[in-house]
Amino acid sequence: MNIFSATNSSGSASEEERQAIAKAVNRRRLVIFLRIGLAVVTLTTWELAVKYGLIDPFFFSRPSDIYTQLAVWLTEGTAQGPLWRELLVTMEETVIGFFIGSLLGIFCGIALGRNKLAGDVFSIYIKIANAIPRVVLGSIFIIIFGLGMGSKVALAVVMVFFVVFGNAFQGVREADRNLIANAYILGANKRQVTFSVVIPSALTWILASLHVSFGFALVGAVVGEFLGSRHGIGLLIATAQGTFNAAGVFAAMIVLAVVALAAEYLLTALEDRLLKWRPVQFAEHGM
Amino acid sequence: MPTPVIELINVSCKFISPEGKITHALREMSLCVNEGDFCAIVGPTGCGKSTTLGMITSLSPPSTGLVKVFGKPVAGIDPNIGFVFQTDAVFPWKNVIDNIAIGPIYRGKNAAEAKKMAADWVRRVGLAGFEHHYPHQLSGGMRKRVALAQTFINEPKILLMDEPFAALDVQTRALMQGELLSLWSELKASVIFVTHDIEEAIALADRVVVLSKGPGTVKSSYDIPLARPRDVSEARYSEQFIHLSKQIWHDLKNEVQI
Ligand SMILES: Nc1ncnc2c1ncn2[C@@H]1O[C@H](COP(=O)(O)OP(=O)(O)OP(=O)(O)O)[C@@H](O)[C@H]1O
Ligand SMILES: [Mg+2]
Repeated sequence: MNIFSATNSSGSASEEERQAIAKAVNRRRLVIFLRIGLAVVTLTTWELAVKYGLIDPFFFSRPSDIYTQLAVWLTEGTAQGPLWRELLVTMEETVIGFFIGSLLGIFCGIALGRNKLAGDVFSIYIKIANAIPRVVLGSIFIIIFGLGMGSKVALAVVMVFFVVFGNAFQGVREADRNLIANAYILGANKRQVTFSVVIPSALTWILASLHVSFGFALVGAVVGEFLGSRHGIGLLIATAQGTFNAAGVFAAMIVLAVVALAAEYLLTALEDRLLKWRPVQFAEHGM
Repeated sequence: MPTPVIELINVSCKFISPEGKITHALREMSLCVNEGDFCAIVGPTGCGKSTTLGMITSLSPPSTGLVKVFGKPVAGIDPNIGFVFQTDAVFPWKNVIDNIAIGPIYRGKNAAEAKKMAADWVRRVGLAGFEHHYPHQLSGGMRKRVALAQTFINEPKILLMDEPFAALDVQTRALMQGELLSLWSELKASVIFVTHDIEEAIALADRVVVLSKGPGTVKSSYDIPLARPRDVSEARYSEQFIHLSKQIWHDLKNEVQI
């Protein structure tokens, strides 16, 4: 009897659970369906609007042309060489710039943030440096480093550095005074406080900045190529612009977007791994 | 002849805000705690109890006056001091056992040894089974117990506690009070215990110090002659206890009324 009622109640509970799961699955399907639907509607509208002369394909191209352009690049390669080689060049510049810039930024941000006087003095300059449109430096870098990879990496580094630096600095400054006091009382020295309290609490800030700054590194590399180079997606865009090939510009944009999304995905995975101690509602992402 | 371990001599403490506003937290306060003494401090909110403890740790030095620990003026954090903070101060990115083991690790023990000590303390504060939980997965009372274990594992000679049991339920609180008393007699530690709970103060302490409302100073001090070892939950029904409790309550009430 006892067993009977027990199975019975657990059966009804799992029935409720099953309904809840089904509801969640349905919602997920609906979201995916709507996402795809939105893309299809947008692209079709664009294509039709061109077809019926509502927008001028000379300026705005059209999905089918962009698709053709991508297909040509993929099969026959670009004017400068195979697409993957151009992409590889841009990626190399981006990733190297991203790593150098963020490591420098993290290091300087933590070092300055831990030093009260230096922090008070420099904080104003960080704000200024962040406000300056740093892309302009690209021209100077091309003069200094030439048309090769160096100038692009340098621009990417500068783009990334200040964002990461600012965030690391802020993160260090915002570290909970109570936790720091507690660590000192428990016997930590200054170095131990830096590594076991300050850096972990700044990590949230730093990781958040890495999301943004990968995009910045990409912008730095592409703009650098745009300003003057022999290879890369930026040059592809510049060439397309020179020949009034709007489809080429859009196609290059799509290639870059795919790269940026992949990087975003990897960074989110990294963040979830490093910040698994956070309450769930803060660790959730829109992706 | 008892040796004084903590001495506050005529200390005043002012906080000056960046806008130049001055908050007077303590005024001409003197207090002496002898070796092995258990001293409880009660007083109205904002009278400077936490500030007093902060001065003893050297985290917030006094504006005027002298603070001595072990007979010497404080200069830097003394490794013999343990401090249970009023606010949550466990590390949110460390799980329970790593939080508790951090003190010995800071002090140079290797990780394996520290974890072994920590495992023992996890059990003593009743958190067995929660070793690998992060603080956000614990209740407020459980986090407080992590903080207590974190402090006790260092076996401090001076124990400063800022309302440590305020967040605990009655049963756990009685348990922790018992544990604190046995630990105290075991370590021969000197304790300053801040609380809002008069009965808790009397039940635990050798001496209860009442502070006046802010800026605080010592208003009165009561020796608690109840026999040791005490049973915290039984002591409160004795005649003596009730009498003391009435007196202290009377003192406090005059402070809280405006
Ligand atoms: N860092 C600070 N800056 C400015 N004022 C402060 C600071 N810390 C404390 N104070 C002030 O000092 C006074 C005493 O504060 P304190 O925290 O010592 O009170 P308390 O007795 O512990 O109160 P409670 O029982 O509520 O914890 C308060 O008026 C408070 O506003
Ligand atoms: Mg307080």
